Amino acid sequence: MKAPKFNYIRAESRQQALELLDQLGEDGRILAGGQSLMPTLNMRLSQPGTLIDINKVTDLSGITLEDGIVRIGAMTRHVEVANSPIIAENLPLIAEAMQHVAHHAVRNRGTIGGSIALADPAAEMPACVLALGATLVVESINGRREIAAEDYFKGLYETARAANELLVEILIPAEKSDNVSVFLELAQRHGDFAMAGLACVARVSNKTFEELRLVYFGSEDRPTLGAGAIAAVVGQTWSAECKEAAANALADDLDPMTNLQGSAAMKLHLQKVLTGRALDAAIERAEAV
Amino acid sequence: MNKETPLTLLDKPNSYVGRTLSRDAAKRAVAGRGRYTDDIMPARTLHAAFVRSPYGHAKILSIDVEAAKQQQGVALVMTGAELAEMCTGPWVGTLVCFDGMKSEPQHPMAIDRACWQGEPVVMVVATSRAEAEDAAELVTVEYEELPVVIDKETALDPGTPIIHPNLGDNLAFEKTIETGDVEKAVAEADIVIEDTFTFGRHTAVSLEPRALLAEYDPGTERLTIHTSSQCPHMIQAVFARTLGVPEHNVRIVAPDVGGSFGLKIHTFGDEIAATAAAIKLARPVKFIADRLESFATDIHARENRVKGRIAVTKEGIITSMDIDVRSGAGAYSQYPRTSVFEANQILNITGGPYAHENYRASTQVVYLNKVPTSQYRAVGHPIGNTVGESLVDQAAAACGIDPMEFRRRNVMRDDSYPRISAAGIEMRDLSHQQCLETLVDRMGYDALLEEQAEYRKKGIQRGIGIAAFIKGTAPGPAGYYGAGGAPISSQDSCTIKLEPSGGVICMVGVTDQGQGVDTVMGQIAAATLGIPMESVRVIEGDTDAVPYGGGTYASRATAIGGEATYQAAMMLRAEILEIAGVLLQAEPDTLDILDGHVVDKGDSASRISLAEIGRIGHFQVAELPNHIQHTLSATYRFRLKDALYIFTNGIQGAYVEVDTDTGFIKLLNHWVIEDCGRVINPQLADEQVRGGCVQGLGGALYEECVYDSAGQLQNATLADYLVPMAGEMPDIEVAHIQTHTGVSELGAKGVGESGTGAAPAVVMNAVNDAIRPFGGKVTAQPMSPETILKALGKV
Repeated sequence: MKAPKFNYIRAESRQQALELLDQLGEDGRILAGGQSLMPTLNMRLSQPGTLIDINKVTDLSGITLEDGIVRIGAMTRHVEVANSPIIAENLPLIAEAMQHVAHHAVRNRGTIGGSIALADPAAEMPACVLALGATLVVESINGRREIAAEDYFKGLYETARAANELLVEILIPAEKSDNVSVFLELAQRHGDFAMAGLACVARVSNKTFEELRLVYFGSEDRPTLGAGAIAAVVGQTWSAECKEAAANALADDLDPMTNLQGSAAMKLHLQKVLTGRALDAAIERAEAV
Repeated sequence: MNKETPLTLLDKPNSYVGRTLSRDAAKRAVAGRGRYTDDIMPARTLHAAFVRSPYGHAKILSIDVEAAKQQQGVALVMTGAELAEMCTGPWVGTLVCFDGMKSEPQHPMAIDRACWQGEPVVMVVATSRAEAEDAAELVTVEYEELPVVIDKETALDPGTPIIHPNLGDNLAFEKTIETGDVEKAVAEADIVIEDTFTFGRHTAVSLEPRALLAEYDPGTERLTIHTSSQCPHMIQAVFARTLGVPEHNVRIVAPDVGGSFGLKIHTFGDEIAATAAAIKLARPVKFIADRLESFATDIHARENRVKGRIAVTKEGIITSMDIDVRSGAGAYSQYPRTSVFEANQILNITGGPYAHENYRASTQVVYLNKVPTSQYRAVGHPIGNTVGESLVDQAAAACGIDPMEFRRRNVMRDDSYPRISAAGIEMRDLSHQQCLETLVDRMGYDALLEEQAEYRKKGIQRGIGIAAFIKGTAPGPAGYYGAGGAPISSQDSCTIKLEPSGGVICMVGVTDQGQGVDTVMGQIAAATLGIPMESVRVIEGDTDAVPYGGGTYASRATAIGGEATYQAAMMLRAEILEIAGVLLQAEPDTLDILDGHVVDKGDSASRISLAEIGRIGHFQVAELPNHIQHTLSATYRFRLKDALYIFTNGIQGAYVEVDTDTGFIKLLNHWVIEDCGRVINPQLADEQVRGGCVQGLGGALYEECVYDSAGQLQNATLADYLVPMAGEMPDIEVAHIQTHTGVSELGAKGVGESGTGAAPAVVMNAVNDAIRPFGGKVTAQPMSPETILKALGKV
């Protein structure tokens, strides 16, 4: 379990990182927090020629709020997101999800951009940015490009980011004050990859869902919007029948992957359970406001 | 009921025995100053890495090592055939005590054929591990895949391939024991319950992996091996014999050992290979298993299917039990301890707490193309206890009797010992009744039942589990290893010496892996001699220093090594008092030793210090008359006489909550009442029980080595093989009943495995109690969410 030989270049600036990415193409790999990359290197599952370390590129991290948009630099570490008052106040979904992101040691090094760039199907942040309608900003030597979260996640570890592009920031509209959000995840041990999980953002009035986004993760090859479940619920007064209709619709929204954690059937069952629980919680939270 | 034993030196007020004292080694470890095998770095050390079979079963057609040899830093590339030339012969993992057992001879590295994924095929030795791994990638091995045998249920069926054609079939061992008349009991019973239980493969997952540093001095022909081991003398014997080096020329040192759990009582081919490289190259060679190698090559355990049956009267009295065990071993029987102990132990202990007289137990152990299996903490007990205690719970439910009350009616009486169990094993000095009543009290059993009922009304499903157990500890020479022909000592020894300073050196054959064996031995020595703890230094884990012994395994260190230390200290004490008597003109039996000073019995005024006796005894010997031929040292060896084991007993309780929608289990509380005889260090004993429980809970809920149908291990990382973590574990309340064993004066029995042995049983009983109203029942471990949901008919 020793990494094969690779070149290592510490980029001193964003520009240098972009130039290296452009020159190296597929042979270059960005080293951000390293929490996923280093184990795959040590197990020789990936053998990049050159690691481009962006940890010293200071203008890639930080969290700001401008005109109702929260801007998170891609190199911002999970722990900074978890501790940020801006996030707590404006993006309660992400604040809630952060409790499920691995463990302290991983959150201290791992970055939000790294998580979104890798697009692990069981990761929390990709689901959150899709639920929140975020825009992902990538940059190459040819300039910046904004990609809507809906268009970004293409499949298992596949994204719309080109090989010469660096994910530089995440733009997320602040959650509206009359919105509620709920984040649920099932993992046998706290901090593990999710068996099933759900990011829910809603506007509720009089026990009726007026707006709703349900994004499922852990069961699919990418974070997945539950369009049928949403349609079954929006405009309806929340009830046991409505809950059942959402669960039934989910069977068409999702196509879970069987893996060591369980069968596709179990994962679909769990996502149905989480749907009911998340919507119950959303109603409860809306009433508590 | 505690048996009355006469008061001894150990029972004095302020005795170190029975007191919580912190471990010296813990101070070092928490400061980051532990010294494990990998921390030892002699100059010119080389590092070994292995090319391992990627197939579950394959013929090796050719091996090309030329490119690897040319790599930078590579000192040696060795194939299995080349290694075999340096060895005295292959291992055969059988013991004569297992009648009819068979196993294919096994070379340390595969030669013509690889029989499990991960079996070593080629060793590369280089100046760094990274360079060795780089070169290993350049070794080309041409394989021809062979059919694999993965399913133990079909391993003996006609048409299933035979892994080792020389053996004639895939059967390693079969055995049946029978007492009384099971069929008659079943025919006459009011209620008969049958069920089938399955248990996944586990592995030990010690924090420090297997580790070895071999050094060979061609001048003196001495071989020194530092290795993370529980049993230095066994390693000495096996490595010396396998590599043809005289045993007395081999020194084994086990420095700090970071957990072991039975894994480190075994010998592995890759370690023999690294040692052979050190001999061949006359340079230090280190091999540290990485985590991937640990999963794919450390011994596995626990893969069993058990069909069980219990017969009871309607009054709730057990009249018989019978079990049939199909045990899945690996591709070879592990040398020298074999792969059949687990099955044998299941036969020995299932239903062991109870007084029924009809019992039949049979097993077939079969070879599979998987990692070889062998002893892992509480060998066989998690399986036997789960089967027995689940059957007992089901029988209680069928009788309409509370499960605690049912056990109360059936456990062996505390005043009935010695007696022979239904499995034919002598039981003595046990306390099932006292443990049970203590559990009722500690759990607040009746209140807990009421609380459970209240939660049910709110739609929250909580379960209460109970599991009584016995545990075989401290095996004796009559039973297995010694009688079976393996070079494994079932006795253990202590040599204790008074130094000129008045300090005491205590050298023991038992070893410490972080659980505090050295501290416990020091407490026994200090309490017996009447000296401060600071005056005792315990030396363990070095075959050049300590008297011959078996080491630490099977919960034997305190029970066997502790008695040896106690008796050796008593002998030294007698000599000290004899010398003091001469010097003080007093009868030795009027004297005592208190805090490092000889005193008059019943008085605390120093008459002469041990330092003065040490000074005179070593330097001013002329002050003593000629007839005093003192040595100021003593050696004692202790072993069991006739008994197979020192059996212990206890009972566990569990309180869990099951989310019937998700299948998730939350562990709320856990109780262990156990009887390890005399407790030397209460905190260390408690933590052994707690750690043991957690390991048992891991197997019950999370852990399984999953193989696919091609014999590929699917989850050889800590991300995929789930071990329990603190956040999910319950508080574990521990209490000890102390019925001293009559086989030693110290009175201590084993404690290290009691938590592990019954934790899977008690949590499964609790889960089944929680889901019983829904008609659900789980009989497979690990109890994953999917297992629970399937039991509930939800998926």
